[in-house]
Amino acid sequence: MKIFIYPTNSLILSDLVERFGHEPLAIMSEIGKRVRSQGLDSPPLNITPEEPKLGLKYAAVEVPSGVRGRMALFDPLISKADAAIIVRDPVTSFGCMGCARTNELVNFLIRSKKIPLLELEYPSSEEDAKEFVFKISEFLKSLKKEEEK
Amino acid sequence: MDTITKMVVINSQKVLPSDVVIKLYESNADVMIKETCFGIIVSGERSVVEQLLGSIRKMDPYGIFIKERGLAPGEPYRCRATRRVGARPGFHTLETEDKILPYIASALKALDKGEVPEQKQKKKKLDIEKLKQIINEAEESQ
Repeated sequence: MKIFIYPTNSLILSDLVERFGHEPLAIMSEIGKRVRSQGLDSPPLNITPEEPKLGLKYAAVEVPSGVRGRMALFDPLISKADAAIIVRDPVTSFGCMGCARTNELVNFLIRSKKIPLLELEYPSSEEDAKEFVFKISEFLKSLKKEEEK
Repeated sequence: MDTITKMVVINSQKVLPSDVVIKLYESNADVMIKETCFGIIVSGERSVVEQLLGSIRKMDPYGIFIKERGLAPGEPYRCRATRRVGARPGFHTLETEDKILPYIASALKALDKGEVPEQKQKKKKLDIEKLKQIINEAEESQ
């Protein structure tokens, strides 16, 4: 199954999803497509004027083009997602992840999609990490059982 | 050709990035390898890279973490060697998560041993009546 992860560039979530036999839907693959495609228009991410137009599917025209441009990257991930793992309030919500409004919109869209969803918080101790990994493994195992049915 | 770049973050007590690099060179696969401070970056054809990294993970299943990377190693648009300013995008997330990796490694070990973690009791929120009582007591004591 294809699992949407949030933060979308998380190493831990991406690795755990792959470890437990599913496909992580991470932003890196979308960025990779835009970097590797032939004839780059506007490097480094090849975001062309077309991208904010694609974002109109999610946000109105008066919404900043940054939100719409980011949504053009998130669109294929959200539409492909069969399930999602969300870490609440990640400390690194800045940089490429830093658009607060996009993050809120992505979380809202995932919740309203009514797909199996696991919400967690980043562990800060060994005990928390055991619970974090256990919950993810149980969630992903339950998805596998559902897939086999 | 479907090209892919993967980032291998090593947080192991027995494997060093140089060990992994040597192992990758031994495989004689047609991939581009870059050794970094956190691990290695491997770029090449998807099937080749995935097969290679599958065998690399076995070197230390609890100490090697892998994720995809959008940009290839040394990409001039993003490489610090050419841009010469600050950390590249994504570095801060990696830095933050790198600190948690030892916990995740021990959690994975515990999971393989079949340990079931105890469910933590959630802290209850303060009752409004209790808060009123505290305020009244504080006012009376002044």
